[in-house]
Amino acid sequence: MSDDIALSEAERSAGIVRCDACPVLCRIRPGRAGACDRYANEDNKLIRVDPLVLLTKPDLAKVAFVEGSAPWAGEFGKGEGAIVTGIGATTTYPDYKPAPFIVASKHDGVDMVTVVTEGIFSYCGVKVKIDTDRYLGPEQAPVRVKGETVGHVTTAEYGSQMLSLGGVHHLTGGSKKEGVVTCDALLALCNKEAVELAIDGGASVVVQANKPPVVNGTLEERMRVGCGSAAIGMFAPQWKDHVDEVIVVDDHITGVLSEHQGGVFLDMKPAGIRVRGRKSTPGRYFQVAQPGLGWGGTDVSDPLDIIEKIDPKVAWPGLKLLMVSTTGEHSGWFVLDQELKPQPADMPVPVKAVVERIAENCEPALCTVLFMAGAGGSLRAGVTENPVRLTRSVRDALTKVTLGGVPAYVWPGGGITLMVDVSKMPEKSFGYVPTPALVAPIEFTLRADDYAALGGYASRAVSLQDVLRSNKVRLDR
Amino acid sequence: MIGPQRAVLPDGRLHLQHGPIDLIIEAFGGANEIERAYAQATARFADVLPTLVNELSKLRAPIGEAYPLLQGAVARRMSRAVWPHRAVYITPMAAVAGSVADEMLQAMVEGRTLDKAYVNNGGDIAIHLSPGHSLRAGIFVQALDGTASLTHDSPVRGVATSGRGGRSFSLGIADSATVLAENAAAADAAATLIANAVNIDHPAIERRPARELDPDSDLRDLPVTVAMGALPASAIEEALDRGAAEARRLRLCGLIDSAAISLAGQWRLVAVTPLVAARAG
Repeated sequence: MSDDIALSEAERSAGIVRCDACPVLCRIRPGRAGACDRYANEDNKLIRVDPLVLLTKPDLAKVAFVEGSAPWAGEFGKGEGAIVTGIGATTTYPDYKPAPFIVASKHDGVDMVTVVTEGIFSYCGVKVKIDTDRYLGPEQAPVRVKGETVGHVTTAEYGSQMLSLGGVHHLTGGSKKEGVVTCDALLALCNKEAVELAIDGGASVVVQANKPPVVNGTLEERMRVGCGSAAIGMFAPQWKDHVDEVIVVDDHITGVLSEHQGGVFLDMKPAGIRVRGRKSTPGRYFQVAQPGLGWGGTDVSDPLDIIEKIDPKVAWPGLKLLMVSTTGEHSGWFVLDQELKPQPADMPVPVKAVVERIAENCEPALCTVLFMAGAGGSLRAGVTENPVRLTRSVRDALTKVTLGGVPAYVWPGGGITLMVDVSKMPEKSFGYVPTPALVAPIEFTLRADDYAALGGYASRAVSLQDVLRSNKVRLDR
Repeated sequence: MIGPQRAVLPDGRLHLQHGPIDLIIEAFGGANEIERAYAQATARFADVLPTLVNELSKLRAPIGEAYPLLQGAVARRMSRAVWPHRAVYITPMAAVAGSVADEMLQAMVEGRTLDKAYVNNGGDIAIHLSPGHSLRAGIFVQALDGTASLTHDSPVRGVATSGRGGRSFSLGIADSATVLAENAAAADAAATLIANAVNIDHPAIERRPARELDPDSDLRDLPVTVAMGALPASAIEEALDRGAAEARRLRLCGLIDSAAISLAGQWRLVAVTPLVAARAG
C-alpha cells in the first residue's frame, strides 16, 4: 500500500499516473479512469475526462481547457477571438463533469433512483455517407448492430451509399435493447469511433468517421473515378491507339468504347462485342450483372462473364480487348483467337499506364458522419425567454450556430434542425443522458445587444476573462 | 487539489461533490428547515473525504479475525456494515458509498423537523421518513426497470445497487443487485455480496485480476469481471439462482429486507417490501 505520493519506478514504467485532483490520490493505469470517473490516464498523461473546450478561432484551431495548474496566460491574445464551446459546459453543474445524470434526473412516479452506473441512451441520428462502389444492400434494408436494427439503407449517391441511423423510432420505439444498442452505436460514431454495421441482404461494413470503409473485411481504399461511361469519356483518347475495344465494368453503367460517343468521335471501328444487360444509349449498359463485391461493384469475378456474344460478322481474330473496372482495381487484357474467343495476354505498357491512371484518379474512399438533430423548445428556452426569437434570429443570420465550434448547416423550414460533420469537432464532443438524448455541444453566437433584444438572459452573461479565471486550465493541443 | 463542491440544482435539490463522492440530496418540509438541513449537510461534507483518506489503507484491507479499529465516523459505519460478512473476502470499502450516505443523512436531519429526506450517493441511498410519509425508489438498470415503495412503518432506511459495469469492480456477472436494508451501509455491503454471488463459469465471461486494472483496488488479485458475451439461458438461470440463494441467506441472517437481482433482462425478487418490475422488454 503506497500512500506516498511518489510513484515507484515500476509504476512509472507501467505508465501509471498519480492523480492529485482530490485527496484519494488515485494511481491510474493507462486507458483507465480514477475512482471519480472525471480524470483518466490517456497515453500516460492525466487528462480531464470532459474538459471545457475553447477554440481560439472559429477556424478550428483547437485549444482544450482542462483541469490543471496553469491559469490562462494570454497566449492567444487574452482570449480574444476565442470561442467557448459547449463541450464540457453542462447546464446545471458547478463543475463540468460527467454529471450524475441518472440520479439527478427526474423520473415520473419516483422520488429517487438507484443505479449501478450511468446508462447510455440517445435521441438523435446520424447520416452516414460511405464512399464505395461495392453493393452494401438494398434500399430500405435494415442496418443492424449486434442484431438490433439501428437504422436503414437510404439512397445511393454518386459513388457512395447513404445510411440513416438512429432517430426516435429505433431509440425508443423498439425494445429496450434496440434503444441501448442504437445509442451506443450513435455515440461511438459521433465520437469518431469504429462501428460494425450489418445490412440485411447485403454486406457487413465497418464505419468510422473520416476513415475508409471496411466492406466484408476488405478495406475499401478508393472510390470510382466515375461510372463506366464517364470513364470511357475521360480516357478514350489515351486508349485509342493501343486497343480495339475497351469495356469499363461498372454496376451502374458499363461503358463500351467503340459504341460509345467517345469512341465514335475518335472514328473507332465497331468491334462486335455485345455485353449483357440493358442498353441505355449507345455504348452504355445498365445491369450487366448483379450487384456484388467483384469488378466495379458487380458480382463479377471473371469479366468475360458479362460478354453476351461476339458477332463473327464484325469482330476479327487478333482484336485487342481491355476490360477494366471503374476504380482500376481490376483489369484484364485479351486478344481474340481464330475462333474469336478472348484469350488472356500480357497487357501492353501504354495500356497499363492508363489503367493505373484510372486508379490514380479515384479519390480516397471515406466514411463521413453527419450528426443531425433539432434544437427543441426547452433548449432554446435555455438561451432566451422567448424561444421563437432565437429561431428567427438564426434564420436572419444574426445568430451563428456552431457545434463544438464547427459551423452547423441549419436546415430551412421551421425550428432549428441542424447538421454537422462530426470529424471536424473536437475529440469526445458527445455525451448522453438517459432522457433519452444525445448530449452534443451547441453554441449560439450573437452580438450582446441582439441577445438582449431577443429576450436573452443578458444579466447572466459572464465575460470570457471570467470564464478563463474561474476554470483552471491546461493547454491541450 | 479541488475541494468540496456545492451546487443547488434548478429544482432545489442539493448537489455535493468531492473527488469520487457525488451526492444528490433532497429534504421535504418547511422551507426554513430545509435550508438549515442543507446547511448542516454542507458543513458536515467538508471533511468526509479527507477523513476517509486518512484511514484508506486500513479500509482497503480485508476483514480478518479481529474487528478493525477505525476512528472516522464514516469508516466505523463501514466496518460495522461489513463485519457480519467476514466469512468471505470483504473489505470495508464494500460499504463506503452507503456509509457516506448514512453519515450525511444523519448530519442533515439532526435537530431538524423534516417530513422526509434522502441522500443519494451515486445510487446508494440513505433515507429518512417521519410518520405517515413515504418515498418511492426507482431501480434503474437499462431504464426505469422497477420501483420500491418505502414507508415509515417498514424498517428499510437504506437502498443500494451493485453490479457489473458500476464504478466498483464486481466478482460476479449481475447487471444489478438492488438491496433494501436498515441503512445504506448495510444495503451497500449486501448488494456487493449478492452481485458477486450472481456468477457462473463460462468462456464468454472475461475476468482479470483487479490490480491489473486499478493498482489501488482493495480486491487485490481477485478476478473481476471485465467483459461478458452472450450466455445460454441455462447459465443465466443458474447464475441468478445462486444470487437469489445468497439474498435469501442474508435475509434469514437478518441483514437485509429485500433484494431484486437482474441479469440479461431476467429478474429474481427476494422481497418483503413491495418491489415492482416496471415493464418487460
